[in-house]
Amino acid sequence: MDARVIKRLEEIVGRENVLTSIENKITYSYDATPSLASLPEAIVIPRTTEDISQILKLANEENFGVVPRGSGTGLSGGAVPLPNTIILLMNRWRKIIEIDTENLTALVEPGVITAQLHQEVERKGLFYPPDPGSMTISTIGGNVAENAGGLRGLKYGVTKNYVLGLEVVLPTGEILNIGGKNVKDVAGYNLKDVLIGSEGTLAVFTKILLKLIPKPQSSRTMLAFFDSIKTAGKTVSDIIANHITPATLEFLDNVTIKCVEDYAHLGLPTNVGALLLIEVDGHPAQVDEEARKIEEICRKNNATDLKVANSETEAMNLKTARRSAFAALARVKPTTILEDATVPRSFVPEMVEKIQEIANKYQIIIGNFGHAGDGNLHPTALTDERDKEEMKRVEQAFEEIFDFALKLGGTITGEHGVGLAKRRFLEKQYNEAGIEFMRKIKRALDPNGVLNPGKIFDLINPRCEGRLPLSREEIEKYKDLWV
Amino acid sequence: MFDLKIPPELIIQCMHCGMCLPVCPTYNLTFLEKSSPRGRIRLVKEVEDGNLPLTEDFINEMYFCLDCQACQTVCPAGVKYGKIVESARIKIFKLGKDKQAFMKKLIFKFVFASNSLFKFFARIVRFYQKKLKPLAFNFGLYEIIPKKLLQIEELAPEISDKFSDEILPEVLKPNGEAKYKVGFLTGCFMNVMYSKINIDTVEVLLENNCEVYIPKEQVCCGSVMAHYGDIETAKKLAKKNIVAFSKYKLDAIVVNSAGCGAFMKEYGELFEDDKEFREKAENISRLTKDVNEFLCEIDFKRPDVELNLKVTYHDACHLAHTQRITAQPRKIIKSLNGIDFVELNESTWCCGSAGIYNILRYEDSMKILERKIKNILETNAEIVLTANPGCHAQIEYGLKKANANIKVMHPVTILNLAYKLSKKSMEEKVDTA
Ligand SMILES: Cc1cc2nc3c(=O)[nH]c(=O)nc-3n(C[C@H](O)[C@H](O)[C@H](O)COP(=O)(O)OP(=O)(O)OC[C@H]3O[C@@H](n4cnc5c(N)ncnc54)[C@H](O)[C@@H]3O)c2cc1C
Ligand code: SF4
Ligand code: SF4
Repeated sequence: MDARVIKRLEEIVGRENVLTSIENKITYSYDATPSLASLPEAIVIPRTTEDISQILKLANEENFGVVPRGSGTGLSGGAVPLPNTIILLMNRWRKIIEIDTENLTALVEPGVITAQLHQEVERKGLFYPPDPGSMTISTIGGNVAENAGGLRGLKYGVTKNYVLGLEVVLPTGEILNIGGKNVKDVAGYNLKDVLIGSEGTLAVFTKILLKLIPKPQSSRTMLAFFDSIKTAGKTVSDIIANHITPATLEFLDNVTIKCVEDYAHLGLPTNVGALLLIEVDGHPAQVDEEARKIEEICRKNNATDLKVANSETEAMNLKTARRSAFAALARVKPTTILEDATVPRSFVPEMVEKIQEIANKYQIIIGNFGHAGDGNLHPTALTDERDKEEMKRVEQAFEEIFDFALKLGGTITGEHGVGLAKRRFLEKQYNEAGIEFMRKIKRALDPNGVLNPGKIFDLINPRCEGRLPLSREEIEKYKDLWV
Repeated sequence: MFDLKIPPELIIQCMHCGMCLPVCPTYNLTFLEKSSPRGRIRLVKEVEDGNLPLTEDFINEMYFCLDCQACQTVCPAGVKYGKIVESARIKIFKLGKDKQAFMKKLIFKFVFASNSLFKFFARIVRFYQKKLKPLAFNFGLYEIIPKKLLQIEELAPEISDKFSDEILPEVLKPNGEAKYKVGFLTGCFMNVMYSKINIDTVEVLLENNCEVYIPKEQVCCGSVMAHYGDIETAKKLAKKNIVAFSKYKLDAIVVNSAGCGAFMKEYGELFEDDKEFREKAENISRLTKDVNEFLCEIDFKRPDVELNLKVTYHDACHLAHTQRITAQPRKIIKSLNGIDFVELNESTWCCGSAGIYNILRYEDSMKILERKIKNILETNAEIVLTANPGCHAQIEYGLKKANANIKVMHPVTILNLAYKLSKKSMEEKVDTA
């Protein structure tokens, strides 16, 4: 990047807030996505919303990309820079501006850590349900940009169900406010929902207004073991059919259970096909009633064992089985590829069996766990990125897994987003018209493609033969030959 | 011999998930990725792959790290971060790229490494603290020591009147039946700064039917040198200790400094490639027990006395993160009748002492200490318990600076106090009867 452009960035945010050393560039070249990295031109730390607006205006003028970044725990490469881009670092925007206990809302800056928000609102007897596995470090900005889910998704929904309003900077630098504390608001298009889950490509969030709910009074946790993933799946269907919506309904398959037992020594039986972690919450009387019913359903479905927690500590112990799933799998091999293929929940058993079949076919290890209640699976491949040949097989296996998920009416990603990692697969899920719809929105808001370029889909889709244009001038010149 | 190549298996185990960022004290100061565990591992990787030379900033980040290993505790992938940063430091040290090398060598080789010199140095400081304070700046001693050391003059706790190894004989026998034969490491800091804690430890062991062996040939455990990259000196010291403690047939070697215990448990690994020495070293590592750990294993005697004190506990990094010992000290504290125990918020967060970090990087260390002191003040406790001399001195210093009237103690000190009080009340009861 031109020294002149760097200088102009320094004029906007101050010299100390533009980092260009090689050490900084290296450490902002990745996020949590395996095998993806590229050096940014600079890292810029904005101090105010106005700073961001000016940076984006400069990006349009000088033709460089801007990649917003929270904590960099994304699993689809959303915060990984591409050539000719800068990182816009939002992790110092850590203020919880207001917790409104009358309207039950929280107004936060985008760099607030999810778990810290939990702590603060729970101190006031309130509850912010979205709890991604990365909540101890993920930012609310990153959560909104990826529409993050979590363990409590089945009953309480995901991030988008809790966003009431946003202050944003558009790719061309305009600042605007969307939504507010109103429970009902139908003035104009529902812009908020276009921006939630936009993976940093349509706007930079600078303030986020979130809905809170009262904290559930009580809860009960259970762990049930089954011979096969089929009977576990049947149990899930029966629970839902009985009009019970547990807050948590998670499963671990046999591979994962074995790894957890090896790692955490919890005394889990390793010869079972699957386990379910079930938690119901709400009014104590209702919790009792629902827990009793669930026990009955588990028995009817021949659960080989059932553990019900009688205290907070016992509940914690039962949850450890699920909580250590990822850690247990991650230490088996150097490279851990955590995917999030998702299917309608009635297809969970079928999908899990298919994934095992595919793993066997390609002779790789895939552990499976995830949110059985909402069909969001986490097939996790345990491999070594230095082994190119095995990586190839892993890739092929995932291709088949996504194909099968789509065949069942599922999706290639339930919560991690498309980013760079799944661009290729998006074309399988949407037809050309679908992707073009998204491109049109992107082009309308970001005509020069400066905000998080290259993510989700390619902006320019050549329709003519010959070499690609080399400069913006050339693109302008042959504009009508392009979409 | 130690190779300068850092094992790639160590580095590649990191899947850059970022789960270690929230617990890293240095990341939470700068909010920059390069001061985080994930960032540091990436930098080491680039150095190993030949994409990054040993730049000044790289070296700086390796030493900005406290080596507190909080990241290791939360890492889902089980990355051995401590090994990675220590290997990087060895590389820097051996390639002569460390700017503070002269000062470190001075401290390691001439102060810690030689028991007698360490004591000699301590004696001078003791003399100075007691008698010569106003004249000390004319004293030649301070001339040869870089300026920053002057700040530890403040950091240094009062040197004990008598060093513990001058008071304690080589073998001590309990009053009743001897159930266990245990070795005891006096340590360097503990020995001269907190000799009282050493005496408490020995008394507590005797009270619990242990025969205590304190080999005179023992030296500094070597951990400080190893953590700063001077592995050769560390190994020399480790060898001396291994020989000293192999003299007796022991059931355990009890250590009351978290850092020393952690390092002695690694002796086995240190001599992995040394055919002749490996077995002995492994044996010493197996026998090494932190005093809290050991007391719980032998089901320590519960004192019968009421102590009406409000206390809290700070987890030393090398106890909580390296040795994974958190429950045992709490068990000891809570076993005391009448004690009002309050959990310290962020109790496993480093206090900034980190070996000699507070000497080498005074300003950073003070920023980290500030957070600790704030949390301590919020507990309203009268006593902070902690089981490591570095933390002890650092927290004492921080409390003094904050004008707080809170005492710092080792868990064995309060346990010993309870033993003594219960004996006294027994005697009184006998007297009145
Ligand atoms: C161990 C682990 C477990 C995980 N578990 C879950 C889970 O259970 N559920 C789930 O949904 N995800 C999960 N994730 C994925 C990830 O944590 C989430 O996507 C999270 O929301 C990312 O937050 P972040 O702050 O790290 O964002 P980053 O990774 O920094 O960024 C993610 C995207 O958001 C954009 N962005 C960031 N801040 C802003 C902003 N202020 N304005 C506009 N765009 C912005 C970036 O450009 C990027 O495209 C997990 C990840 C890991 C490593
Ligand atoms: S050290 Fe562990 S926790 Fe930190 S990024 Fe690497 S794998 Fe994740
Ligand atoms: S050892 Fe401590 S200071 Fe160093 S990277 Fe890990 S958490 Fe941070």
